Amino acid sequence: MRFIAIAIAIALALPAHAELVIEITRGVENPIKIAVVPFQVKSSGAFDADLARLIESNLERSGQFRRVGRETMLSLPGPDDEVFYRDWRAIDSEYTVVGSIARDDDDGFLVRYALHDVYGERILFAERVPGDSSSLRDIGHYISDRIYESLTGLKGIFSTRLLYVTAERRSEKDQTFKLILSDADGGRPRTIFQSSEPILSPAWSPDGSRVAYMSYRAKRPGIYIQTLATGEVKRVTSFPGLNSAPSFSPDGRKLVLTLSKDGNPELYVANLRTGELTRMTKHFAIDTEASWSPDGRSILFTSSRGGKPQLYMMNVASKTIKRVTFDGDYNSNGAFTPDGESIVFVHRTAKRFHIAQMNLITRQISILTETDLDESPSVAPNGTMVIYATSNNEKSLLGLVSMDGRVRVRLPSVSESVREPTWSPYFN
Amino acid sequence: MKFLKQAKVAGTIVILAVLAGCAGQVNEEVKAPAVEPVVSKETASSASTNEVDSSAELAAKAKAAADAAADAAADAERATAEKIKSKAMAADTLFFFEFDRSDLKQDALNDLDAHAKYLTADRSAKVRLEGHADERGTRAYNLALGERRANSVTRYLVIQGVNRSQIESVSYGEERPLSLVRDDSGWLRNRRVELIYQ
Repeated sequence: MRFIAIAIAIALALPAHAELVIEITRGVENPIKIAVVPFQVKSSGAFDADLARLIESNLERSGQFRRVGRETMLSLPGPDDEVFYRDWRAIDSEYTVVGSIARDDDDGFLVRYALHDVYGERILFAERVPGDSSSLRDIGHYISDRIYESLTGLKGIFSTRLLYVTAERRSEKDQTFKLILSDADGGRPRTIFQSSEPILSPAWSPDGSRVAYMSYRAKRPGIYIQTLATGEVKRVTSFPGLNSAPSFSPDGRKLVLTLSKDGNPELYVANLRTGELTRMTKHFAIDTEASWSPDGRSILFTSSRGGKPQLYMMNVASKTIKRVTFDGDYNSNGAFTPDGESIVFVHRTAKRFHIAQMNLITRQISILTETDLDESPSVAPNGTMVIYATSNNEKSLLGLVSMDGRVRVRLPSVSESVREPTWSPYFN
Repeated sequence: MKFLKQAKVAGTIVILAVLAGCAGQVNEEVKAPAVEPVVSKETASSASTNEVDSSAELAAKAKAAADAAADAAADAERATAEKIKSKAMAADTLFFFEFDRSDLKQDALNDLDAHAKYLTADRSAKVRLEGHADERGTRAYNLALGERRANSVTRYLVIQGVNRSQIESVSYGEERPLSLVRDDSGWLRNRRVELIYQ
């Protein structure tokens, strides 16, 4: 029992330090105002998982919600208490969440919560969620998803994960690179691979069970696939020259990647079951940064075949290639939105690098970010937000921007240089 | 378009080869006087002191003289090799590039020639070329760009007579900047190929 208590204390203490700070630079005009009352603790012993804080931060980060400060609350009801709606109207809360956490006999917990519609004066829904000490954050994300879905009609992304690379630099040749897996809010970061040599281009398998990345072993680059549950690592390629920029096919059976073994950086498709390699491009220019379309029929990639880096689309079956971007002298590192209708990419304008979005049907480009050196855009699985890497003075950090560019959130890192964020797919 | 580009590359190679040829000739002239006097002095002294020796002795002497001459030649060769080596060791090992470009700058050629000379003189010598990019632009693209830069240096060295097997190259893209200064002065130093003797 004492052992468990210590374990809980550690689990609860960790996210507080590790969590990335939220800073909303812009928001939607009329965000939904929501009050998340601190959850009542219905068991003995010191225990302080601030699920309410986690939920309100999650909702606020979407840009579609604004939290009602807990210091303004006139009462702090739990799920068994009556909710006086006029108290909540008085502080301009449209929705109010109440909840409790109770420890049961073993290591288990029971979380109860209810979502109240203040102006409709009714409970929208109430739930009981069982879990154990290691799953409290998961429960917080689950509740956030439920509330978000109920009030916006969109699927929530709070239970998804992020993968990113950090670098700690002591000198040019003395650096520590880490591949980190975290919650979607940056909480619970955990190093899944570490090296004194660079780690690049992390990519999720479509079912979220494996990640592909490039790393150098014995000073030579290779593409590796790591199974998250077991930590098992398999080498896909390690040819002389480049082995970079992997992207899974939507069925998870193939990987498109860049190899320069035949002289130039070219795209190849590796069949992960048979090991067979199929060359997809043949051009003396740079071809790289391939990204598979959600329907599996096309591959978007960066090529310098026109003299400057631009985005091109390849039909996988016929290998025919069409240029996609014409606006600007540097467009690269494209990724599809989950509906396959748009792409996000790095776009240089007035010598600054921004994240841009293009509708593939209308060909309309909109620039989503205002900072400089923005790169590595990755779209959330519900298509509402893009996570990307940006710079602030000497530091690299992560930013979030909504697909319409209206909501921007910065996620400053604690100390290290953060790059190449990749949003996971849904796990269910 | 493709042919045009290849023709352009070929043209560049010819120009570089001519440039390299000129540089090579200058070095030959410097080397020549250092070798000749040492050898002739040694042979002259051994021949003049022993006039009445038997043929066997003569043969032995001649052999000794030849050996001495060979030793002297070897010494001279070693001296020359040392000179070539020290020149290479003193030469610059950082070669810089323009943004999104991988063609060598003219001011890199003298130093590259010194390295090429050493590498062709000593076939056991090996170098590692590390290609780099500045932080602007995307990472995987920069990785490809870093490789192109390392390839430019490789191609130049090979044209000068260095064996492909003496060169190993790798790209680090923008992952290992020399400078952390985020303006042109810093970026300039980061767009580079580093030549490292193994």
